[in-house]
Order: sequence, then C-alpha cells, then structure tokens
Amino acid sequence: MRFVDEFRDPELARSLFEAIDHAAARIARTRATPVTVMEVCGGHTHTIFRYALETRMPDNIEFAHGPGCPVCVLPMGRIDDAISIARQPGVIFTTFGDAMRVPGAQGTLIQARAAGADVRMVYSPLDALALARANPQRQVVFFALGFETTAPSTALTVLRAAAEGISNFSMLCQHITIVPTLRALLSQPGFNVDGFIGPGHVSMVIGTHPYDFIAETFHRPVVVAGFEPLDILQSLHMVLRQIEAGEARVENQYGRVVPPDGNAAAMAAMDRVYETRPECEWRGLGAIAGSGLQLRAQWRDFDAERRFGLVPRHVADPAASRCGDVLTGRIRPRDCAAFGTTCTPDQPLGALMVSSEGACAACYEYEGVGRAA
Amino acid sequence: MNTAGRITGIGQGGHITLAHGGGGTAMRALIDDVFLQAFGNDPAVAQEDQARFPLSRFTAEGDRLAFTTDAFVVEPLEFPGGDIGTLAVCGTVNDLAVGGARPVALSAAFILAEGLELATLRRVVASMAACARAAGVRIVTGDTKVVPRGACDGLFITTTGIGTLPAGCDISIAGGRVGDVVIVNGTLGDHGAAILCARGDLALDTAIESDCAALNGLTQALLDAVPDVRAMRDATRGGVAGVLTELAEASGVTVRIEEDRLPIRPDVAGLCELLGLDPLYLANEGKLVAVVPAEAAERALAAMHAHPLGRNAAVIGTLAEIPASGRRGDVRLVNRLGGQRVVTMPMGEQLPRIC
Repeated sequence: MRFVDEFRDPELARSLFEAIDHAAARIARTRATPVTVMEVCGGHTHTIFRYALETRMPDNIEFAHGPGCPVCVLPMGRIDDAISIARQPGVIFTTFGDAMRVPGAQGTLIQARAAGADVRMVYSPLDALALARANPQRQVVFFALGFETTAPSTALTVLRAAAEGISNFSMLCQHITIVPTLRALLSQPGFNVDGFIGPGHVSMVIGTHPYDFIAETFHRPVVVAGFEPLDILQSLHMVLRQIEAGEARVENQYGRVVPPDGNAAAMAAMDRVYETRPECEWRGLGAIAGSGLQLRAQWRDFDAERRFGLVPRHVADPAASRCGDVLTGRIRPRDCAAFGTTCTPDQPLGALMVSSEGACAACYEYEGVGRAA
Repeated sequence: MNTAGRITGIGQGGHITLAHGGGGTAMRALIDDVFLQAFGNDPAVAQEDQARFPLSRFTAEGDRLAFTTDAFVVEPLEFPGGDIGTLAVCGTVNDLAVGGARPVALSAAFILAEGLELATLRRVVASMAACARAAGVRIVTGDTKVVPRGACDGLFITTTGIGTLPAGCDISIAGGRVGDVVIVNGTLGDHGAAILCARGDLALDTAIESDCAALNGLTQALLDAVPDVRAMRDATRGGVAGVLTELAEASGVTVRIEEDRLPIRPDVAGLCELLGLDPLYLANEGKLVAVVPAEAAERALAAMHAHPLGRNAAVIGTLAEIPASGRRGDVRLVNRLGGQRVVTMPMGEQLPRIC
C-alpha cells in the first residue's frame, strides 16, 4: 500500500535499530541510569506494541506510555453524564466507537444501549448532524471527545448546525488539550522522563511551537513524530541524539504532515467555538487547570450540559487500578496488580484497558497476559 | 412443478403481511410460490411434515453423519458479493465441509418481518437455490414465521445441514501437531470489509465484495490431495485470529504466523488502516484455515491453487512448541520488522478508533 509500506520497510528499520543501539551504547558510557522516553500519543503507543518495538530496544532505553489517548483519560463521571443524557426519552446519543466500552460508575454506553437507550456509533460529528436533520422530532447529542485532532471538526459541525438553524443538535463537550497536561506532568516532583516523542496529529493542528517550553523551561528534547514504525524509530533516534549531545530542542520528524505553525483555519474554528474550561478532570491524573475546552456562551444552545440541565458528576477512579501511575510513566502496565486479572479488555477496570491506544490494552492485546518470549 | 393445488395468489401489495404466517391460504401460497418453486421441491413430497432419506444413501458414502446448524442475521440483507441467503447456505455447507463431511441436505427456517418486500425475499430465496445447486446440496425442508414489523430486522434465516463423514476422516481443531503448517485459501477480511462499506456509514466507494462461497468443492479437492489434513475451520466471525487462537488452545501448540505472508487485498488493508481495524479479526464467509503436515504443504497448496476458491491460497505460518515462558493457546505474529506480538482471542465487536 503506497504511503504506508514505505514507512514499514524492514531494511530501513534495521538500520534505525542499529543507530538506536549505537546511540544507546554511547549514552551508557557516561550515564548509569536508563533513558526513559515518553511517547505522548495513544497512536504511538499502539504502534510501539503492534510492532513490538519495545522488545527490540537496548537495555538502557525505556518507553513510558503517556496520556495522549483521549478515550483513556475519560473520567468515569463523564461517562455517567453521557449515559444520563442517553437515557432521556427522545434522545439519540452519538459517539465515536471506542468510547462505547469505557466504564463509568453506571456501566458503559454499550450497556446503556442494551438497556434501551438509543446510542449510536458514528464516524464523524457531521454524521450526528445528519441524524439530527433526518430526525427533527428527536434530540441528537454528539459526545465531542478528543484533543485538537478532533476539536476543529466538532467546532465546524457546531458552526454548520448554527448556519442551518438545526435546533435539535447538541454536543456533550469533553475536548481536552495536551499542553497543560504535559506542563503539569513535568512540574511533578520525581517525573522521570528524559525526552518526548511528541504528538503527531495534534501538532498537525497546533504546530510545534506550543512545545517550546518543554525544551526551554524543562530542558527535555521533544521530537514530533508520525505513527508508522519507522517514524517512531527515527524520532526515538533523534531524541537520543539530543540527549547524547546534551541538547533540548523541539524537532519535527513528521514534516510531511505537521507544519511548524499548525493549521490556522482549524485553530480559528476552534477559537471561534470553544474557550478554555477553568479545570478539567483526567482519568488517572485528576483535575488539571486549563486542560479542557467548553463551548463559548455564544454557542450555548448547542451545549448538551445546558440543554439537559446536567449536573456533572465526579466519580473517583477505582482504587485497584493504577492508571495514573502508568500514565505518568511510574510503572509499566504489567506492574499493576489488576493487569490481566481484574482488569482485561473484556472487563476493563481502568480506562487504559479500554481503547486499543491505551497502554494496558495495547500491552495485553499484543503481548498477552504473560510476558512475550 | 405441479401448481394445480394452489388455492389463491400470494396476495396483493408486494410485501409480507402477518397473513403470510397465519397458517392459511396466504401462507400456503407463499410457500408454494416462493419457496417450493425456487428450491425445486415436489409439492407432493413437501406436503409431509418431514423430509425422508433412504439410509443407503448415507451408508454408501461414509460411516457417520455430520450435523450442524447456524442462524443468520445481517444488515444490510443484500451486499456486494452476496446476501443473507448465500450466507445461510454457504455457512452451513462450510461448517459440514471443514469437518471433512460431504454435505447432503439442508433445512431452512425463515423469520420474516411484516413489511419485508416480496421482491427481496424472492431474490434471497433465488440466491439460496443457486448457491445450493452449485454446492450440490438440496434444501429439503423448512419453515416460515412472520413477526410484526419491528420484531425482527427484515429477515432472519436458520439453516441446518446434514452430511456424510467418510470412514477414517478425523479432522479436529485439536489435531494440530508441532511442525505442521497453516494454510488459508485466499484473502482475509473481505466479507467484514464489504459489510462495513455496504452499511453506507463510511461514505467510501470501494470495489470490495464479500467472499461468500461454499467451500465443499475446495475441501474435497484438498482432502483428495492430502487425506491427512489435521485441522480445518472456516474463519467466519472473529476472523482468522479467532480460528488460530482456538487451534492453539485445542491442539496445545503455539501458532506462529508471519505478517508478510497474510494474503490481504490492498483495498481491505487500506480500509483497516483508515479505521484502525485488524484484518485478522474481520469476518470471512468463504475462507478456511487448514493445518497439514509440513511434508504435505506443497501438495495442499497445489490442490488449492487449482481450485477457483483457492487461487490465492498461501502458507501463513507453522505450529511450534509452547515456549517455557508461554501459555497454552498463544498465537504469535512475526511482523515484517522482525518483532513478535501475541494475537489474542477476539473480544466483542471491533470498534473503530477515534483518531
């Protein structure tokens, strides 16, 4: 397949593995502790496990699987909010597929659907808008999830709904932004990550400059990366080269998709529709200031929270799951006692087991319960 | 076919009504007009409550009966490459064939929703008849019920099949041995991908067709060439991943497959890339996994390649010892970068990823 196979080429991969081995060996001469590199995006996590890249790493290179899977960081209370709206008579509740299996305190959207709620999977917010058009007597709600990757498309959907005067459409907004969360992580004492493989699709929208503070203030290298295995390997090599040289810069490995200044039209649409929430809760990480988006007052007619008089719930994460420790790179998925026992992809306890981009689900799916031989 | 006994026409309107399931004249007309005619059943025989077979027919072909049943629901009812009728015939024929049985006869039970278009039903029944004819089986008995609109999604079909098992034929999912090779008869995931596209939600224009096909001709050709086929399964729901995990567990081996050897159509691979799906887990309706001794691999491939339903047959892997650190039932996929990952038992439905 063109534009895919090139980025999975075994020969090129071999030379990158070698380059990584050499860089790691040079680093090991002057440094006794392992180098930990956090891949921020869930898509990167998925690629790392799918291609078993971790199993090919030298001993002193470790991946920490970061918080960039929007489904994984969905707090339980927010799922309960979604279910309470979906259960209301006359509502068609629409969502991206992988959010349907995330458990809240009241179960999952799949279970709500089985119990009678009209929950439908859509591939685009515009599909939800089309449902609203086709069902004028029903209330159609879209669960607006994701980082800046999906936020421009939901913003444009609100603008289109307004332009068409569609009054039976609204959104439960759970858009989040990665930069405040990275800042919060970096500010935590003992945050033991030496460099970042930076978000790819998010950066396509926001560009690479928002990460400058990571290099300037926190002196860690960032390499914005694509999602194919060669992208990850090359980016890791670039991070290691910076560490070896004692540098901390923002580099862009994903230049074929990510312009340094981002996408001005997408950012303008987001800015027109959304404003920053004072605080937003992340599953496993808790509340982080300025990390969520909400609809501006001008668009409040499209705000499902307002339309359905929602009182947002807070539900504490299950004590047995250590999602937060995995998300911050403190432990690996397997180090959590719930992994593969009380927490499996069939019966996820923590959100990292839900989406295939979650570190635990990817680990379970591609390595199995026992350590891969 | 003798239609002298027909009492009235099938009714006005071109749609199924509750009367078609009421046990009266409308039902009789529907059975005569749609089913008996298409399936070529003699009305004089069909008026009995059961189909009857001489035992000699079975004892001449084998020493055991094979018996299987399957229920079919699909949305949409008709899709590129087939319809619910072809699925209902092929699915049951294949369940017999992969056990080494020769399919003889099928029953077919229909649950029709009030409001189903008669033209749709006629097309589905016609494709069942064509499919059965091509597979060399007869549809010999059946039943029809009509439920109120909304109580079923248009049309559900259950087929039951009976076949003969030749003496000595002992194919089992537990029959795989270390060193055997794993073969598939063609491209993976075509049916699942075709259904996803046919639902229209994706607004993707593809040429992907369901691979729906009766495999008994192919299994016969394979068994003629390699009588000691160890295991065989059709890879329907759960895809090839589902079959391989069952094989590994039942046979007590590790199944090692190589990503580069998996036959996958470029458009199916592209669809999976777009949606974050894995073709190993997509459903097939005309694909089987066969396990044969290593020394028979070439013969098996040659026999399959010579058959129209095996032209793209390929060896995808081998059965290996369970490593000391491994679990019973592991399927390992070696990717083109040389990394190894575990292929797990499919869970629920595959859900497309958000981004």
